[in-house]
Amino acid sequence: MIELSAKGSNGLLAKRYASEKRFRAYGAIALALTTIFLGFLLYDIISKGWPAFFESHSSLEMKIDPDKVAAGDIANGDFAAIIKQSVREQFPDIESRADKKTLASFISQAAGDELRNMVLANPELIGQTVKVDLLLSADADLYYKGLIETDDKLLLDKFSAKLPVTQSISWRFWTNGDSREPELAGLLGAIKGSLFTVGIAIFIGLPLGVFAAIYLEQFARRNRWTDLIEVNINNLAAVPSIIFGLLGLAMFLNFFGLPRSAPLVGGLVLALLVLPTIIIASRAALRAVPPSIKEAALGVGASKQQAVFHHVLPLALPGILTGTILALARAFGETAPLLMIGMVAFIADVPQSPTDAATVLPVQIYLWSDLPELAFKSKTAAAIIVLIGILMLANALAIYMRRKFERRW
Amino acid sequence: MNQMSTARATESNTQMVGERTTRISARKVNIYYGEKHAIKDLSIEIPDRSVSAFIGPSGCGKSTFLRAINRMNDTIEGCRLTGEVRLDDKNIYDKDVDVVQLRSHVGMVFQKPNPFPKSIFENVAYGPRIHGLAKNKTDLEEMVVASLKKAGLFEEVKDRLDAPGTGLSGGQQQRLCIARAIAVNPEVILMDEPCSALDPIATARIEELIDELRQNYCIVIVTHSMQQAARVSQLTAFFHLGTLVETGDTNSMFTNPRDKRTQDYITGRFG
Repeated sequence: MIELSAKGSNGLLAKRYASEKRFRAYGAIALALTTIFLGFLLYDIISKGWPAFFESHSSLEMKIDPDKVAAGDIANGDFAAIIKQSVREQFPDIESRADKKTLASFISQAAGDELRNMVLANPELIGQTVKVDLLLSADADLYYKGLIETDDKLLLDKFSAKLPVTQSISWRFWTNGDSREPELAGLLGAIKGSLFTVGIAIFIGLPLGVFAAIYLEQFARRNRWTDLIEVNINNLAAVPSIIFGLLGLAMFLNFFGLPRSAPLVGGLVLALLVLPTIIIASRAALRAVPPSIKEAALGVGASKQQAVFHHVLPLALPGILTGTILALARAFGETAPLLMIGMVAFIADVPQSPTDAATVLPVQIYLWSDLPELAFKSKTAAAIIVLIGILMLANALAIYMRRKFERRW
Repeated sequence: MNQMSTARATESNTQMVGERTTRISARKVNIYYGEKHAIKDLSIEIPDRSVSAFIGPSGCGKSTFLRAINRMNDTIEGCRLTGEVRLDDKNIYDKDVDVVQLRSHVGMVFQKPNPFPKSIFENVAYGPRIHGLAKNKTDLEEMVVASLKKAGLFEEVKDRLDAPGTGLSGGQQQRLCIARAIAVNPEVILMDEPCSALDPIATARIEELIDELRQNYCIVIVTHSMQQAARVSQLTAFFHLGTLVETGDTNSMFTNPRDKRTQDYITGRFG
């Protein structure tokens, strides 16, 4: 009888199985480790950043004192003083100067500005009693969120006992530019800066890269020059990004005299940075189109250009788009080259055009992470969440595009 | 209409081989791939309105020479040709010959069916469209229908001209490719092993079609199957190691080969 069980083998079989088992175990361990690290990273960032999407408010009825606000000159009215005084009146038992000062510090300076805007919009409010929304300052906000312990605990508790504190979604985080006051600092400036920068990078990098790839892959004859160009493109893809920043500094700022800190220059630098990646991805996509399709087109008398643009390019497009989106996702997260061209300044204004000074999301993260105020810690984490969200969206788009346009042949 | 009138002449084809005019003539053709000498001193005359078959073992250069007839080799880098290939009386390797123009006269069907990943209609309409053959939309539709009919595919696909060409069966795809090739009114159709990826039934259908098309076109077919060469062709050329060993009337070649190598090959001793 033939022995078909493993016992019949000379031990080699057992060795082979053991080796396979070991290999599987290594794979499982590697996978588990990465999952744990990723999970830890996400948990850490989200748990730290989540509170930054909310802010603390209180509210108080107060009289707009005509002594402090002249009807003819509302803009220069001392609204901060009105708020300060009204809040103090709520706590007559607080007498020490230091405590009074601390009490006033619980209210953000934005509360005064908002009251001013309210009165500017409706001057009849002067002399009347109105309910005013009070944005709390970052430190008070952190305390009420339970994130810090502070020496002012007693005062804060007293404050919230008298004036109920509520949490609400912080729209300011999405609509403000950067600020020195943590409770006012927002991401809109950085998001717009990123969009301008990456938009310009796409606008320049995509056509340039795709056409270069088409030319190299379909039209150029292979010779020493094209080989040299190919080697250089592959090398460029591996050049550290900060070198591109230096190139941009030397070329766009010093030589062409373009504005410093502008998304225009950032976009140009990122276009150079993603160009090799787009070319390589596009060439791979073009090469993956079966040559029989091009031959078929040439066979019925299409010119080379017609064969490429009518048949090869449409089939390569999903691959090109996937590669491009991934390259741009990389550009979105790029920091170093932008530091070199001055996009690292503190810029409070939201940029209105690509030539305005701006910063981008990853640089904003870098800037915030460097600040001493505790509240910026969670702002930093929140900005990271936004950045990761955008990158995930970009990747999802890449997958969707590939699925949608992928055709079989 | 043309097709119908010529269909009746099919039975009496064998006698006519000798009377046909020469359509393609090659003189002292040498083809090189870089250092490799793929075709050596080849001269051949290919008659009009008949099927000529190129046979020979793999790597003997038959496909290379076939692709030289519509200059598809131009797309291969490092491929050079000396000598001349004449279509009617014009050397197609002359400087003033435009390959795009040439290929509209010399169509090609490839080894693997390679329809465009577009609709059946678009597959056939592409050639007439880029050459500006149709004056308007109805004209184009008529051309597509006529080509599909000539390729014997129309009845099978008339209800789904908008369906993708890649969704057809292998044999139908190959007939679609033939329809695509004849849509631009070529005089010559080159077929590079058109049945090698097909099952026997689809193969029989294509062979039938080739036999019909022969009435209007000069057809050159490369095949690995000697039975196929014997079935469809009137003239056979045997290639071996880059040289044209023997060429002649198909019937006499298979029954009475002159060269020892031809005999060895067709009797299955090598190749």
